[in-house]
Amino acid sequence: MTTLTSHGASGAGFTAETLRGSTRRRRKELIIHRLFFGAAFLSMIVSALILLSLLGRAIDFLANIDLSSLVAPGWFPRQGMFDMRTIFLGTLLVTGVGMLVATPLGLGAAIYLSEYAQPRLRRTLKPILETLASIPSVVIGFFALTFISPQIVRRLDGQAGIFSLAAAGIGVGILVIPLVASVAEDAMHVVPAALREAAYGLGAKRMSVSLRVVVPAAVSGIVAALILGISRAIGETMVVAIAAGGTGGSLFTWNVFRPGQTMTAAMTSLAIGSDQVRGADQAFNSLFFVGLILFVLTFGLNLISERFVRRVRQRY
Amino acid sequence: MVGSTSATVGSVDLLLRGRRRELRERVFEGLLLATLLVAMLILVALLFSIVRRGWPVFADRGMDFLTSPQSSLPQRAGVVQGLIGSLILMVFVAVLAFPLGIGAAIYLEEYARDTRLTRLIVTNIRNLAGVPAIVYGILGLVIFVDFLRRVTGPGGGKPGVSYISGGLTLAVLVMPIVIVTTMEALRAVPLSIREAAYGVGATRWEVVRNHVLPYAAPGVLTGTILSLARAFGETAPLLLVGAITGFLATGSGTFLETLRGPYTTLPTIVFDWSRQFGQEFQQLTSAAIMVLLGTILVVNSVAIVLRNRFERRW
Repeated sequence: MTTLTSHGASGAGFTAETLRGSTRRRRKELIIHRLFFGAAFLSMIVSALILLSLLGRAIDFLANIDLSSLVAPGWFPRQGMFDMRTIFLGTLLVTGVGMLVATPLGLGAAIYLSEYAQPRLRRTLKPILETLASIPSVVIGFFALTFISPQIVRRLDGQAGIFSLAAAGIGVGILVIPLVASVAEDAMHVVPAALREAAYGLGAKRMSVSLRVVVPAAVSGIVAALILGISRAIGETMVVAIAAGGTGGSLFTWNVFRPGQTMTAAMTSLAIGSDQVRGADQAFNSLFFVGLILFVLTFGLNLISERFVRRVRQRY
Repeated sequence: MVGSTSATVGSVDLLLRGRRRELRERVFEGLLLATLLVAMLILVALLFSIVRRGWPVFADRGMDFLTSPQSSLPQRAGVVQGLIGSLILMVFVAVLAFPLGIGAAIYLEEYARDTRLTRLIVTNIRNLAGVPAIVYGILGLVIFVDFLRRVTGPGGGKPGVSYISGGLTLAVLVMPIVIVTTMEALRAVPLSIREAAYGVGATRWEVVRNHVLPYAAPGVLTGTILSLARAFGETAPLLLVGAITGFLATGSGTFLETLRGPYTTLPTIVFDWSRQFGQEFQQLTSAAIMVLLGTILVVNSVAIVLRNRFERRW
């Protein structure tokens, strides 16, 4: 090593030292490398902190309540009724209605954009979905309350009030359409053209090519799109907080045309509750318990969908 | 496969199978197109119903709505505090989440080897991007509002509830999205560009700084701008970290005092008003939504124009 350095200094020409560049350059390189690694590693810390923030008070909650209060006639945290079935079912109903709206619309749009639309039409149609995707959920919530509820839900069921799980569900569906459409379209886009051409060569028409060749080939990605959509629908908060009308609590109900409560909406109504409730009893801590379940649920769904996406990428 | 082949395919098929199949084709295509039309109809209905309700507020009061503070009297209430609050939070996002997110993406795409840790970090980031926003609110509440309340400030009545906690929460929320979109933009730059730079003896950072980043810049910029728009409309986590719903006194104090004090944002105002009864508040909500949507749509179209202008196909 030392001999090489002295040779380098003598200017005899090409040595290992000249190839390594200056120390300053190398040190700078190392510092930048470490900084960027730090930024990337920060995401692990964020995950750990999320789990930590949820766990502490969720455990407090479970330790301090009578476990039988997790089954009650409804979700009324301020009266010590923490019926998990109510908010689970509420979430399930809203997600169900949402996916009923988003699945046909999202997948239909994806197939049309990927298989039918000429490039020019595509450029004009795609911004519709992009604009829809950029609308904040508070706005969709207000739209669900002031338009979907009177114009659509009340026509389906005359008994429905202003607030209903159905109105919230349709609103959530609208939010999920662009997500489902874009993930599914990406999946269909990577299906090799050779597969389509082979089918056309055998005399298949566009519909058979779409449904029997492209969709089956992209099925993992389509499943991933739907799972991501479900995960987004489960986590959607503002639409439900505004349009489902479960502020303060809700009775257990199977009826989508009634007001109800989801996990996320339960959390918001606890968060904006008056200060006396904060920390006074277990009501506020239930927020963390519900949050933990929500986190685990959506994290699991996202992991599964990631698996499916990777499967499509590997195949082609 | 779209253009010229379809005509031949069509005529051959017609010869082989007859017209009934043609009808099914048409119906199917019509149905698919209808799904996009429904999406468009929803968008039109949404914009129309909001502008119809919100327009009278602007017609009656003009700019006054944009410059008045909140008030319990609907005729006087305005959105200025929310606008300022949202803009200050955006500065936090831009200053914290953008450099960290872009740095992390550069590490994962350009520096990291394919190790187990790298793969774990990438999977973790993808998952973080899908975690419900409200969960980030809990993180903000526990870490920034409660644990760090000495730093994040006295707030208004509740310690720790301040611009700083709100801004940090939004920055953490947006960071995974910035990372994912930046990684995609970096990946689109062809390997040959990097190889050419390495070939003439550039260090890794020089390759990234002088060759990869300039080509990836439009994609990175589009991604970051879109995530900024996303943060601008985010509501749920801010309700948890204590954005004020309801009345907020206009503060006077030094810059730092303001940052450590209470705040409200445009979307929280929308949420607050949407829960008030009466037609006047419905109109106010719609007007506030017009301001919110207007800002987001302008920001987004800037991003789309940038993308169309500078996007390059390799």
